[in-house]
Amino acid sequence: MVPQDLRYTKDHEWVRIEGDMATVGITDYAAEQLGDIVFVELPELGRSVTQFTAVGVIESVKAVSDLFAPVSGEVVESNAELSDAPEMLNSDPYGKGWMLRLKLADLSQADALMDATAYEALTAEA
Amino acid sequence: MTAAGDRLGPTLFERSRPGRGGGKVPHPPKDALARIPAGQLRAEGPRLPEVSEPELTRHYVNLSQLNYAVDTGFYPLGSCTMKYNPKIDEWAARLAGFAALHPFAPDAVAQGTLQLLWELEQSLAEIGGMKAVTLQPAAGAQGELTGILMVRAYHLSRGDTERSEVLVPDSSHGTNPATASMAGFKTVTIPSAPDGGVDVEAFRAALGPRTAAIMITNPSTVGLFEARLCELLDAVHEAGALAYMDGANLNAIMGRFKPGESGFDVMHINVHKTFSTPHGGGGPGAGPVGVGDKLLPFLPSPRILREPDGRFRLETVGERPTSIGRVRAFVGNTGVLVRAYAYIRAHGASGLTEVSEDAVLAANYLKARLSDVLDVPFSRPCMHEFVASAASLKAATGIRTLDIAKRLIDYGFHPPTIYFPLTVEEALLIEPTETESIETLDAFVEALRLIVAEAHADPDLLHSAPHSSPVRRLDEATAARQPNLRWSAMTGSQTPCPD
Repeated sequence: MVPQDLRYTKDHEWVRIEGDMATVGITDYAAEQLGDIVFVELPELGRSVTQFTAVGVIESVKAVSDLFAPVSGEVVESNAELSDAPEMLNSDPYGKGWMLRLKLADLSQADALMDATAYEALTAEA
Repeated sequence: MTAAGDRLGPTLFERSRPGRGGGKVPHPPKDALARIPAGQLRAEGPRLPEVSEPELTRHYVNLSQLNYAVDTGFYPLGSCTMKYNPKIDEWAARLAGFAALHPFAPDAVAQGTLQLLWELEQSLAEIGGMKAVTLQPAAGAQGELTGILMVRAYHLSRGDTERSEVLVPDSSHGTNPATASMAGFKTVTIPSAPDGGVDVEAFRAALGPRTAAIMITNPSTVGLFEARLCELLDAVHEAGALAYMDGANLNAIMGRFKPGESGFDVMHINVHKTFSTPHGGGGPGAGPVGVGDKLLPFLPSPRILREPDGRFRLETVGERPTSIGRVRAFVGNTGVLVRAYAYIRAHGASGLTEVSEDAVLAANYLKARLSDVLDVPFSRPCMHEFVASAASLKAATGIRTLDIAKRLIDYGFHPPTIYFPLTVEEALLIEPTETESIETLDAFVEALRLIVAEAHADPDLLHSAPHSSPVRRLDEATAARQPNLRWSAMTGSQTPCPD
């Protein structure tokens, strides 16, 4: 079961919308597929990011992958604890493993993302 | 402790005793230190280990015997073509005429080497169906960069300045997008179709006036021949772009498929895979690049030229202004290229065709025999390698591909490539090559069959594998998160192989 209150992308990111703020992370499925995550590179604060473009890097023992912005906006906070403890992406992807907080540029973008039911259907197919 | 564990033994630093050494090197004169300007003297001596010559020799020989190599056993590392390298190629490379030639030797005294390199270029051009070849690049990745820089020079020479994108299928080698980026292009990833080939719809949607080139690995990284190749290459050329062929998997197609004849404009060749030169290890490599007519003017300089009187010479500086210039000192890593030449001449055209046929046969044999042991996602005949998957086994037992790979070490085999390609879950990429006997292939199948049985009966045995190796399973995640690369005396919990 994935958290019901989040929105999801086909690239396996989740986003939590609170007012005009979005919290972003990767899903449990993504973390499981990547394996043990060993390094995370996040965008600098103040940077404007565009939906579905690469904004960061996630490196696991298996592979290096891009982190995509699920929505457009300005980076207002990033999870600094991940640089010392990237394993939180594996152990608590929806909680302590959050990655970015964005100030939303367009509130309607999040509505167009998948809900929990649609995302579960996507991962069940894979 | 096992015999191997004993050999792992203390480091040279731990063996060090003050004043111990070889002692057979002539001693410097007593006033040697006084002759060195005071400012250049170290405050204290270097902290090097002090050991005797036999201690030093035994230390390294024992370490070398822990090595797993093609010369000690089966090494089915997919995408890497770990074939056995004939020893006669080593003999050829050590001939003094090649090995002792000074890199600054004038052309007049380097005729033998220049002739060998010129002939090697001709052979590789024929194998690839290309017009000409450069031997300069020092590795496959540098070959790729050389090829894509020539693509860039080609478009710019035509005043075509808007081509900023390189299309790369998602099953390609990781070096392909890296090459495109290094050469200043934007990489556009093309997804695979369910049959493992390039998704033609997505490819056509991405192709356009901004496309500089497409980079295709054929056979692909899942070991399949690109069935829609003609359609792809026709569309590429219609759009004014060029086609780059990653020749990493050339071992599958020699004598059967010449990339240049199918329309590829440029390709690189990994001589360490197909032509029996040593693999990596940080040593010298070679990644020759072949080109068709369009890219001929842009080849790196200096090219090796044969004069009408049969003598060979290197191009002079500025002789061919369209060249992208030099990409490597001198004429490349000659010692490696001599081995490739020896391999090609020893086999001849029919021998090389047989190499590829046997490599494909061995892979299909293994694939068929393993199809009731592991998942085999692509059922159509493979080329020189194939993908298996432990996805079903993982669902049933919790045993992952990593556990299988580690357990294979206990059975005396080097594991295949794992978790690559990324497009297949719990992937094992298996490439037996043409040099293995049917008995070896059967023994490998039997080992995997036993391991799958163990996965059901005693999964913990696999979780904790390997059991018989000099070191036990390494903690790769901690090693990557906290890389500690400085030596310090091993104590207690840090000591490897506690058993």
